[in-house]
Amino acid sequence: MTNEKAVYSLSIENLTKIFGKRLIFKNLQKEFRTPGIYGISGPNGTGKSTLVKVMAGLISPTKGKVIHKKGESVIPYEEIHNYIGFAAPYLVMYDEFSAIENINYLLKIRGRVPDKEYITSLFKQVNLFERKDDIVGTYSSGMKQRLRLIFALAHDPDVLLFDEPTSNLDEAGKEVCYEIVKNLSKDKMIILASNEQSDLVLCEDITHLETYKK
Amino acid sequence: MLKSSLALFLKDVYSELRTRYAINALVMFIIVTISVILFSIGNEKISDFLTGGLFWVVIFFSAMSGLSRGFVSEEERGTVMTLQLTAKSSVVFTGKLFFNLILGFSMNILIALLYAVVFDTFRISSLGIFVCIFILGNIGLAVSSTLIAAIISKANSKGTLYPVLSFPILLPLMMILVDLTKSCMGGVILQEVMVEIAILVCYDIIMLAASYLLFEFIWEY
Amino acid sequence: MYWKIFLFLLMSFVIVAGFCFPIVPVPAHWYQFPLIPGLEEKARIIFFHVPTAWLTVIAFFFSTYFSAKYLRNKDWQDDIKAYASAQIGMVFCILATITGSVWAKFNWGSFWNWDPRETSIFALLLIYGALFALRSALDNEEKRAQLSAVYNLISFITVPFFIFIMPRIMTGLHPGSAGDEGGSGPIVNFKMNGNMRIIFFASLIAFTILYYWIYQISSRTLILIEKNNRKLIEE
Repeated sequence: MTNEKAVYSLSIENLTKIFGKRLIFKNLQKEFRTPGIYGISGPNGTGKSTLVKVMAGLISPTKGKVIHKKGESVIPYEEIHNYIGFAAPYLVMYDEFSAIENINYLLKIRGRVPDKEYITSLFKQVNLFERKDDIVGTYSSGMKQRLRLIFALAHDPDVLLFDEPTSNLDEAGKEVCYEIVKNLSKDKMIILASNEQSDLVLCEDITHLETYKK
Repeated sequence: MLKSSLALFLKDVYSELRTRYAINALVMFIIVTISVILFSIGNEKISDFLTGGLFWVVIFFSAMSGLSRGFVSEEERGTVMTLQLTAKSSVVFTGKLFFNLILGFSMNILIALLYAVVFDTFRISSLGIFVCIFILGNIGLAVSSTLIAAIISKANSKGTLYPVLSFPILLPLMMILVDLTKSCMGGVILQEVMVEIAILVCYDIIMLAASYLLFEFIWEY
Repeated sequence: MYWKIFLFLLMSFVIVAGFCFPIVPVPAHWYQFPLIPGLEEKARIIFFHVPTAWLTVIAFFFSTYFSAKYLRNKDWQDDIKAYASAQIGMVFCILATITGSVWAKFNWGSFWNWDPRETSIFALLLIYGALFALRSALDNEEKRAQLSAVYNLISFITVPFFIFIMPRIMTGLHPGSAGDEGGSGPIVNFKMNGNMRIIFFASLIAFTILYYWIYQISSRTLILIEKNNRKLIEE
């Protein structure tokens, strides 16, 4: 029985990823723990998104391992998705459903019972509550990004992996995002992959991906 | 886990109801296929057994038309990643399989009814046994089709590839079904076809087990 | 090196024996074959047709074995080995279908009859065809290796069904199918005498070694090409 307050650790050991003939990164070694805000930086195309996807278990590494642990017990690969909240510009929601339907269906597919109050509070936090019943197909890109944040948070995961979290967001949207990140950083692990200075400023520890090319 | 798969199945159903892309097209496809056969035969008399065989031809092509939607639509919209972040691979397969089972059954019952109306030589003497093999055959069809659908959803030229990959896998099933249909039309008692029904059950079980084992390799990267 | 010479000698012997040893009603010497009623001179095709069918089956078996290995280890060399084996299997499957068809023509009157074994070899041809169609529809190397390995395994699982259901369902022309009292099941009983059996098995062995040789060359070449490709970019 895992203790809710137990420390979550994400360790990367000797991580190497090669796509066919391109080396993305090599021999990455790092440990991330709750609580904390970590950053991953690097110019466009350096592999930030790839790294984040490997950590989320979406892509398998060419060499090396990613180990998720809660307390002392290792979390098996098939269960990782329950502990991770992922948001990225390339994450797609179902266009034919409304925002609230997307969140509810996806929560049910996760095997959770949707907590109406909590979800309502999330929608209000990102200022999407008025538009929650609108079809996602009608959403602007900023609204879609805010919906992704809700998707990442809806199941209250221990780890948040955000790839370019403020992309498509206006100033108000960015403020909301930073507010959420600061609140969550008290007991969750937040990993931000970004180029934006305003994003990276929040981070206590930044990994510079260009240094892992050789 | 079953709840999760059911939720995925329901999501697909709601999606279908909301957009209605597939249902209309599928029903028309079935009507068109049966019409094509009708016109090709013209006024010729075909043997009863040939009618029985053609029945499964219509079922095969309708399956090829309709059962790949589950995976292809996720792949084309880019929601595969969303599902990967939400459920483990066995849940996804179960949900998609259940959808194809229901869809397959509905299509095939429609086909059976239309067929019986259109071809008066299509008369089954041993109805009970036929219902039995109809159900078992549908299960086998759904299981294999779902797995192959997952494979082709990740390839180019999905539409043409689907029947090409499915046919060899479905061939043993189709052969037994055609043979059993022949027997059912002629009238048969359970004893005579026990072996073949046993093979049918074996096919279903083995393909189901193999699909679960192999799906992980298709779905995960 | 030596086994290649051995192969050359063995194969030459098989070819010469297969074509030239006389067929007489009552074999008196070691180099004479018995007369099988109905087959006579055409019996010679046994030495060449059956090994091609045998070869396509073992090629399929090895292709499946390397596919399973690939899924376990993700080692791209295993994918190449599976591919090399499948190529050989495809070629010999076509050969088996053609030689079988030729035999069918002069023995039973028509080129194709849908008897169980003919249908089985055709099914195998479809499987190989599907496998290559799948590979050419996938650009990404990892996906291509992964998905063709899965398809290889799944089609391997359906093969036993063919072997067992076909003879039950269809009466056939091949010796050993449902309609023939002489035998049953997948193994065929030919009325060969001792000498013929020796040449027959020699042929099987020769063809198997040939498979191994072609497979080695093919897989090693492909692996070298790929290694070369990969090296270029990592620099």
